[in-house]
Amino acid sequence: MNTSRDRDVRNGRAQKRGQVQDRVRDQGQGRGRGQEQGQSRPSWWELGLTEAEYREIVEILGREPNWTELGMFSVMWSEHCSYKHSRPYLKLFPTQGSRILIGPGENAGVIRLDERWAVVMKCESHNHPVAVEPYQGAATGVGGIVRDILAMGARPVAILDSLRFGPPDDPRSRFLFQGVVSGIAGYGNCIGVPTVGGEVYFDEAYASNPLCNVMCVGLVEIDRIARARASEVGSPVFLVGASTGRDGIHGATFASQELGEDSEASRPNVQVGDPFMEKLAIETCLELVERGYVIGIQDMGAAGITSSCAETAARAGTGIEIDLDKVPLRESGMTPYEIMLSESQERMLVIGKSGRENEIAEVCRRWGIGCALIGRVTDDGMLTVKRGEIIEARVPAKALAEQVPVVLSRESRPSYIDEEWSRDPVSLLGAKPGPSLLAELASAGKTRSGKARCEPEGEPGEPEKEPEEEKDLPRFSRDLLKCLSSPTIADKAWVYSQYDHMVQNNTAVLPGAGDAAVLRVKGTGKAIALTMDGNGRYAYLDPEMGGAIAVAEAARNVVSTGAEPVAITNCLNFPNPEKGETMWQFSRVVRGMALACEILGTPVTGGNVSFYNETLGKPVYPTPVVGMLGIIHDVKQRLSSGFVREGDIVALIGPLDGRGASLGGSEYLKVKTGLVTGKPPQIDLDVEKRVQRTCLRAAQSGLLHSAHDCSEGGLAVTLAECCMLGRPGSRGAEISLRSPKSAPERPVKEEDADEPWFVESLLFGEAQSRIVVTLHPDDMPALSEIGRTEGAPVTAIGRVTADGLWVNIDGFTVIMVSTAKMEEAWRGRFDDKAMSRKPGQGPYSD
Amino acid sequence: MKFGIVVFPGSNCDQDCYYAIRDILGCDVDYIWHTVTDLRGFDCIILPGGFSYGDYLRTGAIARFSPVMKAVKDFADGGGLVLGICNGFQILLEAGFLPGAMLRNKGLRFLCKYVHLRVENNKNPFTCLFEEHEVIRMPIAHFDGNYYADSRTIEALEARGGVVFRYSDEKGGIAPETNPNGSVGNIAAVINEAGNVLGMMPHPERCVEELLGGEDGRRLFESIVSWFSGRRGVGS
Amino acid sequence: MRYVATVKVMPKKTVLDPQGSAVKGALLDLGYGGVKDVRIGKNIRVEMEAPSKSAARALVEEMARKILSNPVIEEFEFAVIPMDSSGEGAGGIAP
Repeated sequence: MNTSRDRDVRNGRAQKRGQVQDRVRDQGQGRGRGQEQGQSRPSWWELGLTEAEYREIVEILGREPNWTELGMFSVMWSEHCSYKHSRPYLKLFPTQGSRILIGPGENAGVIRLDERWAVVMKCESHNHPVAVEPYQGAATGVGGIVRDILAMGARPVAILDSLRFGPPDDPRSRFLFQGVVSGIAGYGNCIGVPTVGGEVYFDEAYASNPLCNVMCVGLVEIDRIARARASEVGSPVFLVGASTGRDGIHGATFASQELGEDSEASRPNVQVGDPFMEKLAIETCLELVERGYVIGIQDMGAAGITSSCAETAARAGTGIEIDLDKVPLRESGMTPYEIMLSESQERMLVIGKSGRENEIAEVCRRWGIGCALIGRVTDDGMLTVKRGEIIEARVPAKALAEQVPVVLSRESRPSYIDEEWSRDPVSLLGAKPGPSLLAELASAGKTRSGKARCEPEGEPGEPEKEPEEEKDLPRFSRDLLKCLSSPTIADKAWVYSQYDHMVQNNTAVLPGAGDAAVLRVKGTGKAIALTMDGNGRYAYLDPEMGGAIAVAEAARNVVSTGAEPVAITNCLNFPNPEKGETMWQFSRVVRGMALACEILGTPVTGGNVSFYNETLGKPVYPTPVVGMLGIIHDVKQRLSSGFVREGDIVALIGPLDGRGASLGGSEYLKVKTGLVTGKPPQIDLDVEKRVQRTCLRAAQSGLLHSAHDCSEGGLAVTLAECCMLGRPGSRGAEISLRSPKSAPERPVKEEDADEPWFVESLLFGEAQSRIVVTLHPDDMPALSEIGRTEGAPVTAIGRVTADGLWVNIDGFTVIMVSTAKMEEAWRGRFDDKAMSRKPGQGPYSD
Repeated sequence: MKFGIVVFPGSNCDQDCYYAIRDILGCDVDYIWHTVTDLRGFDCIILPGGFSYGDYLRTGAIARFSPVMKAVKDFADGGGLVLGICNGFQILLEAGFLPGAMLRNKGLRFLCKYVHLRVENNKNPFTCLFEEHEVIRMPIAHFDGNYYADSRTIEALEARGGVVFRYSDEKGGIAPETNPNGSVGNIAAVINEAGNVLGMMPHPERCVEELLGGEDGRRLFESIVSWFSGRRGVGS
Repeated sequence: MRYVATVKVMPKKTVLDPQGSAVKGALLDLGYGGVKDVRIGKNIRVEMEAPSKSAARALVEEMARKILSNPVIEEFEFAVIPMDSSGEGAGGIAP
């Protein structure tokens, strides 16, 4: 909103600037290249600006911009750099907290760990580059986010990535999946930062528009935190790192458009990463910070020199003057426009301390990395770009970085919501009410072989006698195996074994072993837990719930390792924001997330919005991805998912929900019917908080041996994973569930007590706020007591055994399967053999 | 005794080795910049893992020409202990300290995981605290760990007991299925004829405390210390 | 005088080439049944100053032997040609 007073001020400035206007070189103002070439399209249109934005620029400058200036505005005012569509919504996020040292607005958020150390974190999307060139797109995504952490003066200590692809049996999706994974590996492994966690989902919605969100976490001593500010006038401005070429020009603009059929042809926009250079940049910058030579550092990401200079100057209220003749170039004949917009990788803008120029150059020389003094900090608030004596561009830094006109979006409720909600998962699955199904199973078991397949409670199934033919397995055992081999649930060792997840000697819970990665912080006795989570299906079916669940599940994952959730960062991946339906989804996702962050006490420290994730009109699910940081106060209390001791009690913290509603949008529904529909599970954030506090307190009192949250695939899949991840000799469980009506605890709310319950839902429903824990039988009363004081249901549901998962409900066996059989399904989906098969030829292809 | 850890541009396990030796073993240790040519005062030189010079040409191919490598050669010729880990092993191969070369892993992808190793030779400074044929666990993390040498070289190597570790299963079984990268004869570590230069693909510095999933790597470093103090005790 | 050297580094015939085998498998899968062998090497282009062509050849031979290839697993061949005014050599490896 521009008040008239703002306008006057700006007019005044513009007039003053008018005096220097004649000194800025005429590169064809107001005409643009298009018209020079005889086309009728105006230059601003060609660069993706709107007419209103162009008029705003003319007003700010008090004259027509030249081609270079217009290019600078076009990238800085692109959605990717300016958040012009999302800004007003993001204000909903809580950003304050006792541990938050730096919130949104800098290169990364900073959270206090203890008196001396702080954690730095940020995540960013690289969706569009990945769609065009998966290896380099992912590699440069890693490089960029690592430099954001570096810009805070922090040593990068962990990378996580959240990936979305189409079904892996589709050749194109398989190609993208393999390319992205090797790109992350190729870059992350080389720079010596462990890739410790993340997630991979597969769904048709991402087939033509994959998502690649990368998160980086760093550690910094609190008194060494660097700020990306050009705060002292006269300070030298250095460009450190690689030389500048034509790569990636207009990458930011590219990220702010839908992908079309000709996206393959936009390959020149994709940059090539040089992880070796990045490794040198990391060591160089950290040494410069440590030696105290630095005032500010900024990564050169999207919009390269333009954004880094404009942002550092705007934050400090200063200006910067640079000389393009000083910029080391990789190609000859580059124009000012190209140099200012180049997105060549592995470059950092370093604002040095006056008088330290020689020392800075010496550090760079020793590391063998390029270092050019390209300009100085000024007091006029202008970003002045010269080439020798000629002024090529002269623009207020704040105008570029902060004055983008906000786009007030239209919101419209998508019609699909009512349609999807009207579909009942129970009838789609043909599920029968629990009591009648159990009765049926019982009689079938008796008539079949004399040996009761549905033994009464108390006669454990013998794993050795277990039939190995799948058709002989009880029906829900087969369903379980099917879920375990579904791409989204299946073991991802094939992925994370390609990442060096151990370098730096901190990884205390290895990938796959726990609900979150756990890294100890040397010398503190503490550890940090990190996870990235987001279920696009939920957000599609119910954006507000989906947003809240993304935060809650991330927090629950962190809690399941014994960590206290403290802060989040996020990537919000959405379709075209110019469509009202997208903004309706967006506003609700943000609202859900904000509410969950508020209630769970995890403020937002920064993040990234990626719009235009649709190709040829096919949008992705609205996909909020939450990067969560948790703190484990004593690293010895960390937990992983797998069972650790035979004879331990298996307990469920949270409700044992058998309602049909928890099957909406579930993986089980998708696996059985191929449909993503229904109303997804709802979350009660108050219950969620109680469940998390119970688990955390129990972990901190040393009661728990393992913990694993219930997510995709429900309780059955959670239990199966606990078995498969278990230590030798404790890789099984006997679970006895009571149907909601027979259970004395009345896990469902009183008013719902008459609601019908379903075996499918008890086993595979994705009701929220549930964690499966194990503990010594003697400690069960203590856990129940914690549950009582925190107000969360705690139910003992079974025991850890040596092998095999056996689940009965009210005494009737519903699942009985050996751990080896489960592993075959779970680990076989993405093992070497499966991945070397041609897409579509796997035993699991549908 | 004093350890020295060489830092090449692109080394990324240098700090982990430093941590293992100083913080876990409590030994004296210093970094050695790749341009250094004087190694006096060091008793054991470690070439750490990483991607020296990006490993763009071949793994270790450029690092071997660093000024420090000439000094390391003299150091080794004088009987000094040299341990090359992962990229360090690749550099030792390129520099001709040890026979053979590394090919890409047979699966054509980077592999990071704990593997089992069988100790084939414990009569050297690096493994003297292990039992012969003991099975231990250490992580690997490499793309080019597929050890290769022609059959004559392999025969000679085997004949003199030059193989120190082999990839095995948890019971010590050696088979193609227990070979993560396609190495000839499941070879994971090789020692020179004089017995003072060891190259190994697994990372001992990554398993020096229970928190990291194992402590077998610590025993390798302790072997070096124990051998060294023993030698000094006996020799002087 | 300016020369362009092209060094072709190939895995030795006796050495397994995992990349080559993988690509061969893929080509056969795609229906190129006539494919008998695939080997993947490197092609390295070096622009250099040297007093004469024979001096250039000697230098390139040394570079290829010492750094650009590893004799344990690789073999190389090379060609040296004077650079023309456009900054391009005629290209290709002379048989």
